[in-house]
Amino acid sequence: MTSSSHPTLVDESELVSRAQAGEDEAFSELVSRYQNKIYRLAKNITQNNEDAEDVLQEAFLKAYSHLKGFQRNSRFYTWIVRIAVNEALMKLRKRRSDRTVPLDEPVETGEEAVTREIAVWDDNPEQRYSHEEMQQILDDAVEDLKPDFRTVFVLRDIEELSTEETAETLGISIPAVKSRLLRARLALREKLTRKFKRKGEDVFAHL
Amino acid sequence: MLTCKQFLEELNDYLDPSIDPETKRHLEAHVCECPNCFVIVDTTVKTLRVFRGMEPQAIPEDLKNRLWAALERKMAAKKRSA
Repeated sequence: MTSSSHPTLVDESELVSRAQAGEDEAFSELVSRYQNKIYRLAKNITQNNEDAEDVLQEAFLKAYSHLKGFQRNSRFYTWIVRIAVNEALMKLRKRRSDRTVPLDEPVETGEEAVTREIAVWDDNPEQRYSHEEMQQILDDAVEDLKPDFRTVFVLRDIEELSTEETAETLGISIPAVKSRLLRARLALREKLTRKFKRKGEDVFAHL
Repeated sequence: MLTCKQFLEELNDYLDPSIDPETKRHLEAHVCECPNCFVIVDTTVKTLRVFRGMEPQAIPEDLKNRLWAALERKMAAKKRSA
């Protein structure tokens, strides 16, 4: 068994069928395909390397064990994301157990929208930083978000789940997903603007 | 016209490509008149673009090896019990 991809990309649905029929190579291909994304997801939610590794392993081992029970009402990717998110949230709760905050606690609305930093950006900040530097900037920005905002942002805007899939995965309402996503986006915009704003163009900052 | 606060509450809808044209026009009217919200829209779009543009990094080799070793153990255990 290897972790390398097949030269031609086999359809996910076909791989799932073969894996469900007991073909381990097909399951391995699914792992190869999604291991990097699942690790990123786990790291983004837990903000801890050790926890992220546990989540990565647990998610794929559980998926393997429960593969026959996967009903295929959703994409395999959505299913494995859901398993990984549950594992990651358990890790997060364990680490925060001394100051327990339920994930679906009401979040503040309206008044707290963060829009203090209003300035245009330098052109193409992506080209001004190395890939590693940019990754670090984005990781730091995400790390600063409150966990319930962070989780919604990661699922919606990084893993590109729909609002409905995100709500279902987290067991929260659709309005809660929308509200948290808005706060998360505005907070990240604020942080990145501080980093990427064009010098001398801070004309609206005093408003 | 909408206030900035009202507009920002609708920002996600404004950025959603599936928004209905009438709502889009309603929100657009504010953006056209308000330089602050114009900049907020622009920098929010760019924020999402930089996040979506980042491919996930390859997982570290040692971590990958441990993942695959764990999977192989699991697969071997299944074969033994079959």
